[in-house]
Amino acid sequence: MILTNLETVPGKNILAHYGLVSGNTVRAKHVGRDIAASLKNIVGGELKGYTELLEDSRKEATARMSEQATALGANAVINIRFSTSAVAQGASELYVYGTAVSVE
Amino acid sequence: MSTGLLIALAYGIPLILAVGGLIIGTILERRHFVSIREREARFLHCPAITSKHWDASRTVDASTIVSASTVVSLDYFKRILANLRNLFGGRVRSYETLMDRAKREAILRLHEASPECEIILNLRIQTTTIVSVHNRGKGIGGIEVLAYGTAVRYTAV
Repeated sequence: MILTNLETVPGKNILAHYGLVSGNTVRAKHVGRDIAASLKNIVGGELKGYTELLEDSRKEATARMSEQATALGANAVINIRFSTSAVAQGASELYVYGTAVSVE
Repeated sequence: MSTGLLIALAYGIPLILAVGGLIIGTILERRHFVSIREREARFLHCPAITSKHWDASRTVDASTIVSASTVVSLDYFKRILANLRNLFGGRVRSYETLMDRAKREAILRLHEASPECEIILNLRIQTTTIVSVHNRGKGIGGIEVLAYGTAVRYTAV
């Protein structure tokens, strides 16, 4: 599966379009991470626990999108966009979407 | 005696947090900037740009999406300063440097995630606020900076 956020796959021709594919995941942080983060909040800087959590979630959302594209018979997803939003206090939604295509 | 102790605790703890946060936070920030500059120099061979066009005169060997992110927060003392800023308005410098650090760090991680690339195209940067469950969302606030783009490698001539 080729994934790209360009409008084409560099060096390849697009043979067919399959439309929009997307993947999402809503994740909440657990209390342990919140406690560690609250300590880190005193000195500032990176909250590593949160970074890891969001990276994992984003990977999961991307995997779901790829699955959808595979099911449609595509071998690439182009023009991918990421979006993150706080849907509730303590929970974030990670959404990935793009266009499924098949390339030569 | 006990009232004295209570007053000492009520004013002492925030004071310790503020002074400790200021000192450690400033040291950490300075160190982070040194590391950012050092690593940025190492990735000069692979520019990350917002353009969508690759070099058409060369054949593309591989291209893939890469993404990297970082969640940061301000230290206790600077958060108080930033809140004071709300009274008068104007530039909040402490947040400016924080966001600068976060963005540059995210782009650096993008490079580290794609060591063999020659160029990163269509770079996008987006920022989201992460709200905590506790303390009505006022307790732990984080800001996530996400950078993503398409890493391209050309076939060697």
